[in-house]
Amino acid sequence: MSGRVLVGVKRVIDYAVKIRVKPDNSGVVTDGVKHSMNPFCEIAVEEAVKMKEKKLIKEVVAVSCGPQQAQETIRTALAMGADRGIHVEVTGKDYDMLGPLQVSKIMAALAKKEDAQLIILGKQAIDGDCNQTGQMTAALLDWPQGTFASEVSLEGDTVKVVREIDGGLETIKINTPAVLTADLRLNTPRYATLPNIMKAKKKKIAKVKPADLGLDMTSRLEVLRVDEPPQRLAGVKVETVDDLVAKLKETGRL
Amino acid sequence: MAALFTARRGLGACLSGRRRLSQLAELPETHQLLRQTCRDFADRELIPIAGKLDKEHAYPAKQIQDLGAMGVMAIEVPEELGGAGMDYLAYSLAMEEISRGCASTGVVVSVNNSLYIGPILKNGTEEQKKKWITPFTTGEKVGCFCLSEPGNGSDAGAASTTAREDGGEWVLSGTKAWITNSWDASAAVVFATTDRTLKHKGISAFLVPMPHPGLSLGKKEDKLGIRASSTANVILEDCRLPLDHMLGPRGAGFKIAMQTLDSGRIGVASQALGIAQASLECAADYAHKRTAFGAPIGKLQAIQFKLADMSVAVESARLLTWKASLLRDAGKPFTKEAAMAKLSASEAATFCSHQAIQVLGGMGYVSDMPAERHYRDARITEIYEGTSEIQRLVIGGQVLKEYQS
Repeated sequence: MSGRVLVGVKRVIDYAVKIRVKPDNSGVVTDGVKHSMNPFCEIAVEEAVKMKEKKLIKEVVAVSCGPQQAQETIRTALAMGADRGIHVEVTGKDYDMLGPLQVSKIMAALAKKEDAQLIILGKQAIDGDCNQTGQMTAALLDWPQGTFASEVSLEGDTVKVVREIDGGLETIKINTPAVLTADLRLNTPRYATLPNIMKAKKKKIAKVKPADLGLDMTSRLEVLRVDEPPQRLAGVKVETVDDLVAKLKETGRL
Repeated sequence: MAALFTARRGLGACLSGRRRLSQLAELPETHQLLRQTCRDFADRELIPIAGKLDKEHAYPAKQIQDLGAMGVMAIEVPEELGGAGMDYLAYSLAMEEISRGCASTGVVVSVNNSLYIGPILKNGTEEQKKKWITPFTTGEKVGCFCLSEPGNGSDAGAASTTAREDGGEWVLSGTKAWITNSWDASAAVVFATTDRTLKHKGISAFLVPMPHPGLSLGKKEDKLGIRASSTANVILEDCRLPLDHMLGPRGAGFKIAMQTLDSGRIGVASQALGIAQASLECAADYAHKRTAFGAPIGKLQAIQFKLADMSVAVESARLLTWKASLLRDAGKPFTKEAAMAKLSASEAATFCSHQAIQVLGGMGYVSDMPAERHYRDARITEIYEGTSEIQRLVIGGQVLKEYQS
């Protein structure tokens, strides 16, 4: 096994920022807004770095797709302990419409090119909330997948994954190479240490274009409109259970 | 005119490549990453507990350990000795972001970096560095700096703590006052005189482990602000030390202290910037949310003018602080700039925290909002590591030297 792990890291609007919709309802305001690494991607990087520290794998490669600023996100991953980065340059309209299908094609192509043993992604990004990229990547590669992982143990050629599912926790064992997606409780991502921030400067980030990988970034989707969520209206208080049932019937919910 | 010209050329030379003064606003990428990392740490780990630490006067032991693991407790120390191997600009950025989260945690970091490790790094033998610096890089142990005494603060040359040689040992006696980290420290740099007739030239620096026979601590001071850091007297009564516990040459103590404080000023300036920034953010946020006379108060000119004045105060102090850091990193003289940074930043902190309370009105006066804590934390920055009056003396003296015809 190559001992190489690809980790996808996405640059998203910081979780603490108040999102504003553009006046023309075509999207959200991103100019001048604070961006950072998707929290679930941080967890994915942490898991990969921990595996390397335990000497279960040999190399962690951080991948990000987007314009020049995506390199900042890769640097953060390098400062956390990733060994090198790959920046897949996607700009303009292609970047605006970049979604799980395109990214999973990229990840699949890179996984083959880099002879990856594992791909670890965040379960979803906090902007799109699609929760599709990991699954699509596995399907394109015809690899097993361990999604919503809250615990991962790499054991030789197999991975034991504890998954958070609606009913509770499910434990599966899959063969590598495989795709894993990180859920919230998988680990607590480390803060980059200052020495690692210094070392990150020297680590390499390779730049490629989707065309170099023979990929078509055309989107199959068209965004018609983006709106703010409706304002939460005040509720109505009732005195008894009977009142509650009557009200629910009245408003057609029962 | 000539002095201005050389200063600008000097600064231009110390910024690598073609970067000029005007590009001071754009930090190098590593420093941006460092700043962001420290900011994230402050947002997630310090801000949520800062109020509680203040109320309980509780030392942030876990947070200091976490910062140690990140390398923040020994930023300038070379990696071989266990530090982060970064420069003073990095230290200033880290200090500002940490202090923006919790000013008390900031002072613990500052004292360890500038006042304890600083003089040992500059004046210690290789053995002293290994023994007295390396264990203090991880956050598990912190140090303190004992210069002030009940009888002299600004008048540091009048030290009355004595050190006499006796039977192959140094014996220290005297009392040091206002010592930050005293109750949490594992070592101290102590200034004592071997010959009072030599006045400030009789002072030497000593390394004292804590606890140690002959060293005791006074009661913890009940302070107005930075309450999560301990401040107390350090009392030395026939405290015996091996001869190799002297730091630097005999009689060099005053010079070591002054040099140390020059750098320490950048640390305190950065702490003050953090407090000022936190106040500004608090006020700006409130200005958006609070409505009066039918609109958010941010629409009122009076509030806008306050925010503008606060913002100019912080930003100008910040640029002065960065300039002092860059000069120091380039090995150029930085005494005047460090004093200017500390003076402007501490006055910015008291100004901004005062105005923040004003913007918040009644809410600024209660502990539900952090504005009152920033007000209390800011006040000390105009006093310690050289009062604003001392800074003015230093700057005035330097200006006169520069313009000597």
